[in-house]
Amino acid sequence: MFEVKVTIKLKKGISDPEGFNTLKALHLLGFNNVIEAKTIRIFDLKLDGKNKKNIKNDAEKMCQRLLTNPVIHDYEIEIIGD
Amino acid sequence: MKNEDIRIAVLRIEGTNCEQESLDAFKRLGLNPEFVHLKQLLHIDCNEDEKRDIFDFQCLMIPGGFSAGDYIRAGAIFAARIKSKLQKKLQDFVEEGYPVMGICNGFQVLIELGLLPGIDNHISQIPQACLNINDSDRFECRSTLLKHENNGNCIFTSKIKKNDIRLIPSAHAEGKLLFPLDEQEQYLNKLEENDQIVFRYVDQDGNYSGYPWNPNGSISNIAGICNHSGNVFGMMPHPERSFYKFQHPNWVNNNLQNNYGDGRAIFESVLNYISQKF
Repeated sequence: MFEVKVTIKLKKGISDPEGFNTLKALHLLGFNNVIEAKTIRIFDLKLDGKNKKNIKNDAEKMCQRLLTNPVIHDYEIEIIGD
Repeated sequence: MKNEDIRIAVLRIEGTNCEQESLDAFKRLGLNPEFVHLKQLLHIDCNEDEKRDIFDFQCLMIPGGFSAGDYIRAGAIFAARIKSKLQKKLQDFVEEGYPVMGICNGFQVLIELGLLPGIDNHISQIPQACLNINDSDRFECRSTLLKHENNGNCIFTSKIKKNDIRLIPSAHAEGKLLFPLDEQEQYLNKLEENDQIVFRYVDQDGNYSGYPWNPNGSISNIAGICNHSGNVFGMMPHPERSFYKFQHPNWVNNNLQNNYGDGRAIFESVLNYISQKF
């Protein structure tokens, strides 16, 4: 079994209204030293299998077919376990 | 084909919530619409008499709502479930010229499904566009003005004159249409060239004025597009919510004729297309 951590970020140049709104709210609460807030999403998956390369391939396909929209997202796949 | 023989599937899963008014819109025109849960098309967890085939219908309509809680991204789970088993049939359905429409969440599903923008008319494996979070980061719920910009390719607006401005309500948090950043211009040019742009948000004078007239920051103020063949159509605002004159916010003073609202013509166009073609 492998633990797979998929981190999904907005592509450079895509606006992040959620992040911007968070930044504004943090400023209102007095955290004026916050310069930037970005939203990311992480999926922690557990996958059955023995071959790390296949696991990576599967995770790639999952990202392309459901977890991300490649028009706005970049993703990183981290495989934990052996 | 007679009106009462025209069967429309109003497709739903958990979280769909505009199915009633969508069904009513078709029913009021004398058509034969039916609520169809996706499982009835996938033949999962349903009785024999509940099973349906996509080709039992002449039109597939995906209504608005928050399907599957809008988890992952709006429309993504609904689209994935359709893709899981229905992709080939849906492709055939579209290729045979049957109309497929998506309103609001339905538009998001068609984008995630890869049926729209449909520049080559095929379901793309990977989405070619995105309906992203509104620039305002808010759920924008109010009337919007839409200018009809299609030259005749889109079968869903054949009853609307070009440059006509229609008041149709919007209610969404993720309606900002985007194409891949490095190819935005090419996509827009292609859509223009193929006559795939159907509605744009405008102000009361018919100008493109950005927010708040454009509620979401959509590229080129686009509110609705169709595929290259014109038989797959998606729009963010809700024509089913302006079927009658009394549904308009200024129903007392406006010039609407015959008690009908601005959205009705879209459903009439579908009826017109199906009764002529099939």
